[in-house]
Amino acid sequence: MDLSAINPFLLLCAILVSATPLLFAAVGELVVEKSGVLNLGVEGMMITGAICGFAISVNTGSPWMGLLAAAGGGAVLSLLFALLTQVAMANQVASGLSLTLFGLGLSALIGQGYQGIKPPEFPTFGVVVAEATAERAALVARLDILVFAAIALTAAVWAFLKYSRAGLILRAVGESHDAAHALGYKVVRIRVLAILFGGACAGLGGAYISLIRVPQWTEGMTAGIGWIALALVVFANWKPWRALLGAWLFGGVNVLQLNLQAAGVDIPAEYLGMAPYVITIIALVIMSSDRSGAPASIGRPFHASS
Amino acid sequence: MKLMKLLATAAMALGLATTAMAEGHGEKTKVGFVYVGPVGDGGWTYEHNQGRLAVEEHFGDKVETVFVESVPEGPDAERVMTQMALEGADLIFTTSFGYMDPTINVAAKFPEVKFEHATGYKTAPNVSTYSARFYEGRAVQGHIAGHMTKSNIVGYIGSYPIPEVIRGINSAYIHAKKVNPDVEFKIIWAFTWFDPAKEADAAKTLIEQGADVILQHTDSTAPQAAAQAAGNVITFGQASDMAEYAPMPRVSSIIDNWAPYYITRTQAVMDGTWETKMTWDGIGPGMVGIGEITNAVPADVKEEALALKAALADGSYHPFTGPLKKQDGSDWLAEGETADDGTLAGMNFLVEGIEGTIPE
Amino acid sequence: MATPVLAVLVTMVAGGILFAFLGKPPIEAIRVIFWDPLFSEFAFYYRPQLLVKGAPLVLIAIGLSLGFRAGIWNIGAEGQYIIGALSGAGVALAFYPLDAWWIFPLMVLGGALGGFLWAMIPALLKVKFGTNEILVSLMLVYVAEKILASMSLGLLKNPEGYGFPGSRNLQQYPSAHNAEIFTGSGMHWGVAAALIAVIFAYILLNRHMLGFQIRLTGEAPRAARFAGVSPARLVLFCLGTAGALAGMAGMFEVSGPSGQVSIDFNVGYGFTAIIVAFLGRLHPIGILLAGALMALTYIGGEIAQSKLGMPSAAIQVFQGMLLFFLLALDMLTHFRLRLAAKGVA
Repeated sequence: MDLSAINPFLLLCAILVSATPLLFAAVGELVVEKSGVLNLGVEGMMITGAICGFAISVNTGSPWMGLLAAAGGGAVLSLLFALLTQVAMANQVASGLSLTLFGLGLSALIGQGYQGIKPPEFPTFGVVVAEATAERAALVARLDILVFAAIALTAAVWAFLKYSRAGLILRAVGESHDAAHALGYKVVRIRVLAILFGGACAGLGGAYISLIRVPQWTEGMTAGIGWIALALVVFANWKPWRALLGAWLFGGVNVLQLNLQAAGVDIPAEYLGMAPYVITIIALVIMSSDRSGAPASIGRPFHASS
Repeated sequence: MKLMKLLATAAMALGLATTAMAEGHGEKTKVGFVYVGPVGDGGWTYEHNQGRLAVEEHFGDKVETVFVESVPEGPDAERVMTQMALEGADLIFTTSFGYMDPTINVAAKFPEVKFEHATGYKTAPNVSTYSARFYEGRAVQGHIAGHMTKSNIVGYIGSYPIPEVIRGINSAYIHAKKVNPDVEFKIIWAFTWFDPAKEADAAKTLIEQGADVILQHTDSTAPQAAAQAAGNVITFGQASDMAEYAPMPRVSSIIDNWAPYYITRTQAVMDGTWETKMTWDGIGPGMVGIGEITNAVPADVKEEALALKAALADGSYHPFTGPLKKQDGSDWLAEGETADDGTLAGMNFLVEGIEGTIPE
Repeated sequence: MATPVLAVLVTMVAGGILFAFLGKPPIEAIRVIFWDPLFSEFAFYYRPQLLVKGAPLVLIAIGLSLGFRAGIWNIGAEGQYIIGALSGAGVALAFYPLDAWWIFPLMVLGGALGGFLWAMIPALLKVKFGTNEILVSLMLVYVAEKILASMSLGLLKNPEGYGFPGSRNLQQYPSAHNAEIFTGSGMHWGVAAALIAVIFAYILLNRHMLGFQIRLTGEAPRAARFAGVSPARLVLFCLGTAGALAGMAGMFEVSGPSGQVSIDFNVGYGFTAIIVAFLGRLHPIGILLAGALMALTYIGGEIAQSKLGMPSAAIQVFQGMLLFFLLALDMLTHFRLRLAAKGVA
């Protein structure tokens, strides 16, 4: 065992990177849920974003165009969900699950022919942690602008929900769509916008994986991160800053687990892998007394005629 | 009455099954492939599919191949195999360890159809097994790794703690240690065969902890990309050549080359000479390929590596040759003794010098 | 009844366009998916397979539908399915190689109990602390998956398996094997259990007080409380039943078609069953039909892959479309009816 091999600063940076796709998806879903809608299709939207971003950035040579396409792709897919749940009044749980199935298949179809291709390099900046010596190369922590963009997005969503009039309306719709409707707000329109925002964020999170973190395209490459993002929203009690904390925790456990293994610490990987979920459940129980964050009408359908 | 009817249907079903098989023997030989992943995974399934394409190319009009991808291990696999057999397949390759019992079950129902199961250990009159001695390739990788590392830390991304992976770790370690007594292995068990994000994280972690050589026993190219971003780290392609990352970081690779085997066995079915075999081939017969060693490796090291490869190929050298001790210090192989296939097939221990444990 | 048929027809058209776009013969593809499993030359094999594939879906979906009707959202059936399989297989392996008639019934109980207890975690947390059951049950799926991996590599690993992950094969342990009741029929005990569950749910919902309470709670929670329905009891009953049925489904699968505990034992039945429950409009008979339809697309999809070289992704997209159209058309008609009713009033 050699814990000295773990460099705290590098570890921190790795956690930041690992948390970024989670954070994008979770903040998006948080806004959706705040409007009173539960979209379980995050995984499907993420993977669609991942391939749209990848394909466009390969074809245009510009990673920025790729990010734009990823957000667009995620949003377009979420529009399907919006149509189903807000217009056709279909059940949200079933629609969300169908969306994931559809998104996984669609991305695999689009992605045929994109395997084994390297995307254009995304600009990153390095922080030298240790200079190169005769024995080893320099240790460089690599970060990119999106790591900070995700944090900025969290701040923006927090401010939007807390201080803006639109944010207040969004929360009102999520608390009681009937009351909001009585006050003259367009419940369906607001929810559709929230769903689109959630889709765009999930798409960005997916593209972060396919363009920066991995970077390559392979089928099913989001490998369940969308589901973790869903857990994260609850863990955060629908509060943006707690989502940031949660993303670091979830990303952190993963990165820490790998670091401990590499350092030769004998840990049962499966049990450590359970930790974030168990912690989430405990957090849920503790926060059950404080339901201030949970939107009251989450998952309940609304139509104006009732 | 109802029971009788059902039994009659069952009997009819069996009868039909046999006629279906009889019809299957047309002029074209039909070969089926069952894949555990998508053909676009760039690793394990991709290479099996390359083997399938090679069969098509080799035999042209004389064969017809069919495949189903992403088949979960279990009843779904059993159904896909049965369906292929019903539709007249003469030979079916089932390409994942978890297909073992389904293959045996289906083979019992279709005695006229030949089955080939990859990496398993159960055979039947119409079921053969085949697997590759990837650990021979690991010996070459270990040799290069031992020479190339400056930090003396080699990172190893393992998938699951199963004999095949453990063999690879041991083989690589033994040969790295031979040329570099100070070498140290850091092992991460990813508990997945294929999860690019996790593999990338594992590779980054190993690099951050000082590894400048990464060996992987997982199938995606994500660790290659991570090494490239870090610079000054070398890697080896796994399952596929992964040549898009050559000459750096990828300096060589282990390639699963199933094509010769698939062609030979298809030919055997055509000739009526097919019989049950347990094939475990290495570099010699070409089932394990060593991808081109790039110029990032110094010429003398490359030459030694090629010599080692040649010795492995002609059988003059066995990667597990004594004296070797187990991790706990107990004796395993005496001077000059080589490991028997039984021990290798069920290998569940690390050799002396490797730190860390095999997770249970 | 007309809307599901319409949805299937619309999916056929849209799917046909998709297949044509991929360069596959559209009409043949549709025929292979929907017709071949039922009426082709080899339908004698595919028809029983519909039962094998559909039974776990129906069994789980029936349990889930009770809760869904009452507004209790258990989306963690996948976890309950895994734990049921583990406890069922655990019972069998504990007695291996003993030969006794009571082992299989004990395994059924073990599987049901395992799923039941796993479902009791979200149920008790909801009753005691008001914790959201959607999320707790979902989180527990991941925990169950990790336990499954750990068991396949450790405790339940086949001691004669050359170190490979996975348990002994229960198909080769006669006392524990969930064999077909009639050879070649596909009817294993899980299929029987699914049919019994359908009947049980039908009677419960239509003839029993508890069924009335479930429906009342879902449709008018406040009225239900006035009528003296205990929400806590209902939560425990609905989650418990769903867990027990999912656990049994897992047990029947592991001791029958699948045969062994392995890392990738679960293939998403627990999640697909949620979709099945809604496609069946939470009605027992509807669920039976929806389960059969899902099974048909799975099996037909596999045939299309091997016969026409269709990528599996295309089949996934096709299934996704089918679900979308079913959900959308179903609710559209529902909505129109409501509007019409309002117009009359």
